Amino acid sequence: MVLKRIIPCLDVKEGRVVKGKSFQGLEYAGEPVKLATKYYEQGADELVFLDITATNERRGTEVMLAAAVAEQVFVPFTVGGGIASFEDASAVLDAGADKVALNSAAVLRPELIGEIAQSYGSQAVVAAIDAKRNENRGREVWINAGTNNTGKDAVAWAMDAVDAGAGEILLTSIDKDGTNSGYDLELTRAVSVAVGVPVIASGGAGGAKDMADAFAIGKADAALLAGMLHYGKTTIQKLKGELVGLGIPVRVA
Amino acid sequence: MKIAIVDYGAGNTGSVSRALSFIGAKTELVTDASGLENADAVVLPGVGSFSCARKLEPIRKGLLKAMEEKPFLGICLGLQLLFESSGEAKGRGLGIYQGEVERLKCKKVPHMGWNTVIMQEESRLLEGVESQPFYFCHSYAVKECPDAVAYCNEESERFVAAVEMGNLFAVQFHPEKSGPAGLEVLRNFVGVVRK
Repeated sequence: MVLKRIIPCLDVKEGRVVKGKSFQGLEYAGEPVKLATKYYEQGADELVFLDITATNERRGTEVMLAAAVAEQVFVPFTVGGGIASFEDASAVLDAGADKVALNSAAVLRPELIGEIAQSYGSQAVVAAIDAKRNENRGREVWINAGTNNTGKDAVAWAMDAVDAGAGEILLTSIDKDGTNSGYDLELTRAVSVAVGVPVIASGGAGGAKDMADAFAIGKADAALLAGMLHYGKTTIQKLKGELVGLGIPVRVA
Repeated sequence: MKIAIVDYGAGNTGSVSRALSFIGAKTELVTDASGLENADAVVLPGVGSFSCARKLEPIRKGLLKAMEEKPFLGICLGLQLLFESSGEAKGRGLGIYQGEVERLKCKKVPHMGWNTVIMQEESRLLEGVESQPFYFCHSYAVKECPDAVAYCNEESERFVAAVEMGNLFAVQFHPEKSGPAGLEVLRNFVGVVRK
């Protein structure tokens, strides 16, 4: 049986790792390559870097980051954040990243997913979806780092993204992000049962129990976590030990 | 000691060469037969579609010759290319083994993530890490191979995870992305080359 993956996420801004709450109020949490190596050594199954730098130099820093991480880390890693074109994607993939995460650009131009998948394979294209609850209309897709509501239904968009060639869905609940109150299980489950590719639950991890729920109830294939690791509250070994205790099959190094 | 990594435009040559360098092996990206002749071993990596088989055509003869003479390691698509054909795309494999590569039938495809393998035979390549999970990422696989030493079970499907016969090695998973256990597989291969 394929094991459930535990994926630390490093939000990178101007070359540093930061963590905020519901996409706001960012705090400095460490140097990316050093943190990445630490998590790799702790037994991370994969890593995700999301670059939230809002400047033109972003592509350059993402390429440097991918190249540096690839020298030290021998598990798959994804780079995302502002990847807007085939050229952006191929630059980080050629530098050593295994996958790119596409968010706003894929919503605005879904063909981009297929263009990258054509050259690098679907496994290299992750559709990152930021979803927010709306009391009237369910869960909507927000873009531009959670500032613009597209009005699109999150489940429908996930299915469209897979049809367009995405090999994986990184599903973040904006409502839950940074709250440590658990993943949005209903949302995770709705997307996970709707698509035939792996789903990474994101936003809200507060402990091993939350992750176990994302797997068992949310039917997620992987769980993303950030804050609880960056501030040294726990380690990946410790979390995995707890997950094994909760009956979740994970890779224990 | 120098390991040739066949660069035929099917991705991940960089990951494989970085992982081999990390464990102290010298590598060289090779695009033609002369590059293979000068190497002590050959790695055929691969991420992508079986359609890349056509890109192997120019180097096919040299590759088959090298496989008779020196240690060979196929990774992912590099394992699938040992067979004759694939349901994924047209193109001729190396035909070392008979049979077709088939699409996986499990619920979520690609089969992506860490999975354990079930050993069938003793393996020099997987020695010491037989019980460790490895990172898989593929949508197609081979059901049977006379030289399979390990299989992987996913849902009700069983497919070949590792092949080994003399100096011929191939794995469906990605040792270069399988953490310390994967690096150990590569070390075992380098150990065979050094002998």
